[in-house]
Amino acid sequence: MRIPCPICGTRDRREFYYKGAASMLDRPAPDAGAAVWDAYLHLRDNPAGRTRDLWHHEAGCGAWLVVERDTVTHEVFGAKTLEQFHAD
Amino acid sequence: MRFSGWRIFREGLTGNKGWGPHWRDPAPKSEYDIVIIGGGGHGLSTAYYLAKEHGLTNVAVLEKGYLGGGNVGRNTTIVRANYFLPGNSEFYSHSLKLWEGLEADLNYNVMHSQRGLINLFHSDGQRDAFVRRGNAMINQGDDAILLDRDGVRKHLPYLDFDNTRFPIYGGLLHPRGGTARHDAVAWGYARGADRRGVDLIQNCEVTGIDIQNGRVTGVQTTRGAIRAKKVGIVVAGRSGQVAAMAGMRLPIESHILQAFVSEGLKPCIDHVVSFGMGHFYISQSDKGGLVFGGDLDFYASYAARGNLPMTEHVMEAAMTLMPMIGKARVLRSWGGIMDMTPDGSPIIDKTGVDGLYLDCGWCYGGFKAVPGSGFAFAHLIAQDRPHDSAARYRLDRFRTGVGLMDEEGTGAQHNLH
Repeated sequence: MRIPCPICGTRDRREFYYKGAASMLDRPAPDAGAAVWDAYLHLRDNPAGRTRDLWHHEAGCGAWLVVERDTVTHEVFGAKTLEQFHAD
Repeated sequence: MRFSGWRIFREGLTGNKGWGPHWRDPAPKSEYDIVIIGGGGHGLSTAYYLAKEHGLTNVAVLEKGYLGGGNVGRNTTIVRANYFLPGNSEFYSHSLKLWEGLEADLNYNVMHSQRGLINLFHSDGQRDAFVRRGNAMINQGDDAILLDRDGVRKHLPYLDFDNTRFPIYGGLLHPRGGTARHDAVAWGYARGADRRGVDLIQNCEVTGIDIQNGRVTGVQTTRGAIRAKKVGIVVAGRSGQVAAMAGMRLPIESHILQAFVSEGLKPCIDHVVSFGMGHFYISQSDKGGLVFGGDLDFYASYAARGNLPMTEHVMEAAMTLMPMIGKARVLRSWGGIMDMTPDGSPIIDKTGVDGLYLDCGWCYGGFKAVPGSGFAFAHLIAQDRPHDSAARYRLDRFRTGVGLMDEEGTGAQHNLH
């Protein structure tokens, strides 16, 4: 699997550290309550198909990326920096 | 049909023409007391113990493919009870005891081989951790022997003892650990459940779960609707999707774990050996193939195949630990889909829906748990309360933070397991 880093270009998967589903970006308010925080921290959609997850370009530019890919085929559709992702 | 020495002798003299199918192939009935979704090792053992321990035989196991065609037919077959934390410790201890009586219980040769398992350690800190683990195992009533470097050399002379980066300080030997023939485990449980009246229904995919007023009433399948008073979900790797049919989200990400088999060789590895520093473990199958693997690929995937980086990592670890393996050719590899929970431990619990039960989250260690998981899940479904051995496998432990079982000590977080 190769990931197209918007800053460095397409690189081997081994340069990246996988963090998990991109839902981690939707951080609840501190006082949102235990159920909301449980859902944020632990519960996952876990889709078989298209998904967005977070990767850290650890051995490259150090950027955090939102990568869109297919969990069944391993096809990678694209990657955005957090700035690009939030700008959309 | 029962297996016996006499029967094998007679069949041998008469051309082996008397052997029949090991289980029936029934059409689904319109209603059962209990429906188990998933005909893998855990689902089949659940059905077996529902019938044997609780006398519940109006039971169907629904399998979307063929029995034992999932992870139970594709794993590294290791059986052990070397867990440390309360919750896991008593569960795997109980499961190992069931393993030890399994062949007599099932009248089926599952080739359970207690060849001994050795976890190597490579530093003073690791040795201390293994001493502690060994004591926990002994306190639980299981066995553990601390080996020093010479002790390991006696058992495993083929390792690279001159490695300066990962020097072998010793190992923790678990003599009752070993392997079993994974397919035979599924077949033995299937036959045992079938003989007690359980319907094993293959090529029957569940497409919906029927819920009325907060209570489960049945399932929709590719072979029609089936009503049921109770439904158990045991679908490792697909737990997220099946639970979603009941409106639930689970604390699970599905990841790929790869494993490899070499060509058949003469016997050379007598034990199960694990190399913690390089994330590598190996044993030799009874057919002679070296069976080995390493870490997860470490990202969510349903591809049922791995990627090259982890393959290379495993091969490098293998060559580091035992250079002789470089002479063996890899015959095949596969990637199994694992339910990964944030703390790396499983879940056997009721859900928020009455009559709907969940057995999932076995991470990369489901095979050794097959007897214990089925036993505990059958108890939960039949009695509506957890079996003592699995009382801590609660679904809400992540929300409450109480009873987390982070066996690796890496933190209760999805991407760390």
